[in-house]
Amino acid sequence: MSWLKPADAGFAVRSKLADLGYGAKLFLRLMVRGAQSLRRFGLVRDQIHFLGNYSLAIIAVSGLFVGFVLGLQMYYALQRYGSSEALGLLVALSLVRELGPVVAALLFTGRAGTSLTAEIGLMKAGEQLSAMEMMAVDPVQRILAPRFWAGVITMPLLAAVFSAVGIMGGYVVGVLMLGVDPGAFWGQMQGGVDVWRDVGNGVIKSIVFGFTVTFIALLQGFVAQPTPEGVSRATTRTVVMASLSVLGLDFLLTAMMFSI
Amino acid sequence: MPVKAPGFFIEMDPAALPHPFVEFRDVSFGYGARAILDRVSFAVPRGKVTALMGASGGGKTTVLRLIGGQQRAQRGEVLFDGRDVGKLDAAGMYLARRRMGMLFQFGALFTDMSVFDNVAFPLREHTQLSEALVRDIVLMKLDAVGLRGARDLMPSEVSGGMARRVALARAIALDPDLVMYDEPFAGLDPISLGTAARLIRQLNDTLGLTSIVVSHDLEETFRIADHVIILANGGIAAQGTPNEVRESADPLVHQFVNALPDGPVHFHYPGVGIEDDFGNEGGRS
Repeated sequence: MSWLKPADAGFAVRSKLADLGYGAKLFLRLMVRGAQSLRRFGLVRDQIHFLGNYSLAIIAVSGLFVGFVLGLQMYYALQRYGSSEALGLLVALSLVRELGPVVAALLFTGRAGTSLTAEIGLMKAGEQLSAMEMMAVDPVQRILAPRFWAGVITMPLLAAVFSAVGIMGGYVVGVLMLGVDPGAFWGQMQGGVDVWRDVGNGVIKSIVFGFTVTFIALLQGFVAQPTPEGVSRATTRTVVMASLSVLGLDFLLTAMMFSI
Repeated sequence: MPVKAPGFFIEMDPAALPHPFVEFRDVSFGYGARAILDRVSFAVPRGKVTALMGASGGGKTTVLRLIGGQQRAQRGEVLFDGRDVGKLDAAGMYLARRRMGMLFQFGALFTDMSVFDNVAFPLREHTQLSEALVRDIVLMKLDAVGLRGARDLMPSEVSGGMARRVALARAIALDPDLVMYDEPFAGLDPISLGTAARLIRQLNDTLGLTSIVVSHDLEETFRIADHVIILANGGIAAQGTPNEVRESADPLVHQFVNALPDGPVHFHYPGVGIEDDFGNEGGRS
């Protein structure tokens, strides 16, 4: 069986290592030279508009429905113990600490990550990146870096919108439909949610997810085969890799945050 | 009086300079085990239109990428105005590229920018010119390719031939010394093709450029070229003026310039003999 040959295994490991090294180098270039692109903030601003604005609808609608469902489920569980007034606290904690950053990152992957990969991949296929290089303009600095920083900035904002809309959804279901006392709903939330420990942790998570998702999307576009087939494969890889990374990192971050 | 640019001399009179503008010395290049260029040497004279021809996959585009420094030669030297491109660092490479313009096969226009912004792109990236001046330069360049009126269109709204003319305007935006054309005639209708060919010749002569044209189109290319180089099997099969090449005794060049279906380049893909597939003469009676 050919796949058991040591030479093939060695080749596979070596090419994986080379891929990792290439990714790490690109990440470093984005961090170091890309930071210069922040000086031309207009480019980053355009991308924030593009990534943020166009993801806003899906983020808001999803947040609302997740809030509805949380309101229903939590109410059902809490009323058994006669503590349905804690609904606001539970909805807010689960959104701010967990669901906001994670679900927003997954939606961001689907909406913005795929469009980034496809855009960069198509630019590569259409020789636009080569043309830019031949014009003595570095595509990493001019094209990739503004998108990268825009993603990093946009992600926490979208997660915040998601959580806020979700809490409104929980309020609509819990207070307006199921009759939880509005004072208790907001009061418990206000008393129980800590700005640094709860909201801060959520923000840190969403910043990490912003780095991860945007970088994976850009890398996949940048290394895509410059053909229609290659671009479609790269888009699929973006969704798979970014989603798994978000969920894996979420576990690691949560574990770290509870242990501190 | 020579004007000094950082790292480079820009002479006013091209003919006064001793060395050719671009020179390949003993250059080899390949992808993996497949050799594309094998110890190739040739020179591109200043101020002339040099055509680079040959079969598909014969390394013509690779030559352009080597000159532009997007690929590095595995051996030998690629000289651009007397300097080895392969030995330049990133900054030197970018400086050299600012003296080159390249027209890609399908134009490679930035699809998210208008025609105007595409041509303005190199000016905005590399110069501190005011918007008013950028506007004037862009409109002049667009006028040179006959598309001043198309400034507000998006790349998706222009035809293939127009896209290439816009790309040409963009390539000459910074007044380069060398313009490289990668298959400028591929897929153009006869009118656009004639326009493109005339433009290449005209811009070369009026702007004092050196041009390298990679092309398959024999008639049009021979009409505008001063110097023709034919690449085949990793080496140079023939070079000289169009007439010299046309009369070359080399069988491969003869097949190429006369567009013959069979010759040193075979019509049939190598495989088992025809007898093995269809049986002996007379069939299966």
